[in-house]
Amino acid sequence: MESLLTNLGVGFGAVLAIQPVDIFGLSFSLPMNVVYCFIGALLGTLIGVLPGLGPLASIAMLLPATYALPPLGGLIMLAGIYYGAQYGGSTTAILVNIPGETSSVVTCLDGYQMARRGRGGVALTTAAVGSFFAGCVATVVIAAFAPPLAEVAFEFGPPEYFSLMVLGLVGAVVLASGSILKAICMIFVGLLAGLIGTDVNSGVSRYAFNSPELTDGISFVAIAMGMFGFTEVILNVARREKREVFTDKITTLFPTKEDWKRMVLPILRGTGLGSLLGILPGGGAVLSSFGSYSLEKKIAKNSEEFGHGAIEGLAGPESANNAASQTSFIPLLTLGIPSNAVMALMIGAMMIHDIQPGPQVMTSNPDLFWGLIVSMWFGNVMLIILNLPLIGIWVKLLTVPYRLLYPAILVFCSIGVYSVSNNVFDVFMTVGFGVVGYLFVRLGFEPAPLLLGFVLGPMMEENFRRALLLSYGNFSTFFTSTLSLSLLSVAALMVILVALPSLKSKREEAFKEE
Amino acid sequence: MRIKNQKDFWAGVLIIVVGVFFAGIGTEYKFGTAARMGPGYFPTVLGVITALLGLLLAAQALSSKAKSESIEQFDWFVLLLVLGSVTVFGLLLRPMGLAFSILVLVCIASFASHEFNWKSALINAIALIVLSFGIFVYGLNLQFPLWPKFLVN
Repeated sequence: MESLLTNLGVGFGAVLAIQPVDIFGLSFSLPMNVVYCFIGALLGTLIGVLPGLGPLASIAMLLPATYALPPLGGLIMLAGIYYGAQYGGSTTAILVNIPGETSSVVTCLDGYQMARRGRGGVALTTAAVGSFFAGCVATVVIAAFAPPLAEVAFEFGPPEYFSLMVLGLVGAVVLASGSILKAICMIFVGLLAGLIGTDVNSGVSRYAFNSPELTDGISFVAIAMGMFGFTEVILNVARREKREVFTDKITTLFPTKEDWKRMVLPILRGTGLGSLLGILPGGGAVLSSFGSYSLEKKIAKNSEEFGHGAIEGLAGPESANNAASQTSFIPLLTLGIPSNAVMALMIGAMMIHDIQPGPQVMTSNPDLFWGLIVSMWFGNVMLIILNLPLIGIWVKLLTVPYRLLYPAILVFCSIGVYSVSNNVFDVFMTVGFGVVGYLFVRLGFEPAPLLLGFVLGPMMEENFRRALLLSYGNFSTFFTSTLSLSLLSVAALMVILVALPSLKSKREEAFKEE
Repeated sequence: MRIKNQKDFWAGVLIIVVGVFFAGIGTEYKFGTAARMGPGYFPTVLGVITALLGLLLAAQALSSKAKSESIEQFDWFVLLLVLGSVTVFGLLLRPMGLAFSILVLVCIASFASHEFNWKSALINAIALIVLSFGIFVYGLNLQFPLWPKFLVN
């Protein structure tokens, strides 16, 4: 308990540290990390509210902007963008019935129905309160569990890391929606794409075909923006949907006493569920929100109301969602392994700032580690401030026509990609990935697993190589260590469970509500 | 042999191609042994597995139990305009500067929308130019050629 408080103290110190800064030629001394957190939450909410951009695309788009910032500031801002975008996405889901990303699908179910009945304001408040509570709890969970987990991580050698990554990939596939075989294919394509470039061990340039740009590997930002930014834009413009926006029906923001009573338990349950599921590799916001919805529906006395505006169906998933978003940082911060595509982006950001993710981050950069964790609490506070009073502005934003929006997205993405290394080739590469992404989506693939594979590919190769080097070519090294064996067994178990017909249909049923 | 599930069939073919490509070129690099892996080991193995996965996908699409699914028409117009606009941006950035490139990007891209009109596209372009200059050039201090070369020299 004492060390928890000390650690949190270090974190608060890092976040509140006063730094001198130059704005338009005038010098100020401000707690810049708080400012970055605010900007991140603001930008994230802004972009998350706009239909057609989910957290993944938002982070990809703003990633280059954070490169100019100091490491902690950059990461804080990115984290702020992440949960800001999550929350903005909920706003859009409630008011316009458009899920910004998969985890907002559940919010659409009852949230939109509440909006149609003129209870949009109440829905938004419920989501905000639930998310805030969950966020605060999750921050404490991370702070409490990170040190012991990092201890365990020090026991990890190459075979264990490899097995953990296998588990992470399997988890991401199994817990994702859609065809599993196709998701696995995407992961493998991503793994292969990650191998393009110079092989660290031998110095040999692979798949680069004498192109100097490719010798350094595919630009991470190019692949992220191409497949998540450009592809989304192309799909949305082609789709030409007409949206019904319930913006004028927001009269009361405040829930009634009855509402408050009804949302307490779902929020608590959602927070618990989300905190747990977020830590699982491959878990995260999607699984948690679906899981919470199913749970609430099962134990509710008024289950017929679900799908027609039941406040429990909104409070639970929203809390689960936010709790999971935060606890999904745990595998990244303690083991250095991204558990989903968003964390893959975060790891990319960390590596650009020269921070090697892994258990040693906690001891070598305690300011960074604890500062990031504490900033999540700040972020939650800012989200509540940003979202409730300013709801009018966000609502106005929803009425911006897409024909004005998407050129803006293209401009920001293009500038962003170029600015990473002042290289026009990167822009062309992003265009290429836009085509590739479009092709994949049209053929029924989901691009997110590809990004995860892309980030993990080089790491997996390195650990695989090292494990076999240390064991003199003996493959049983992956099975002799208890830790490695158990990780692989869990992965195998997940694969088997998913293949079983009974669970297959349950899974399809859960995702049918999309 | 009728292709019942066209989408999955061609999806499988694509994956097979990717796998074969990586595995094929992978054999050009030193393979090595398990204990001392060369640069070709991992990619070749992965490539082979990928190709097999693609084969599985395509085979499933051929079976009689497959759902009948065809590939919807590609949106060539939107695809070409949106990606073309960014490509042109890339080509124009150095010679013509940021302002002009943004203008061209926005105009070409906006044309792809079914709700397009010239006036709002131009206003949008100008707004974005101002915004970009404000955020990226003055705010974040990023380096860009701002104006056309022939005007600056």
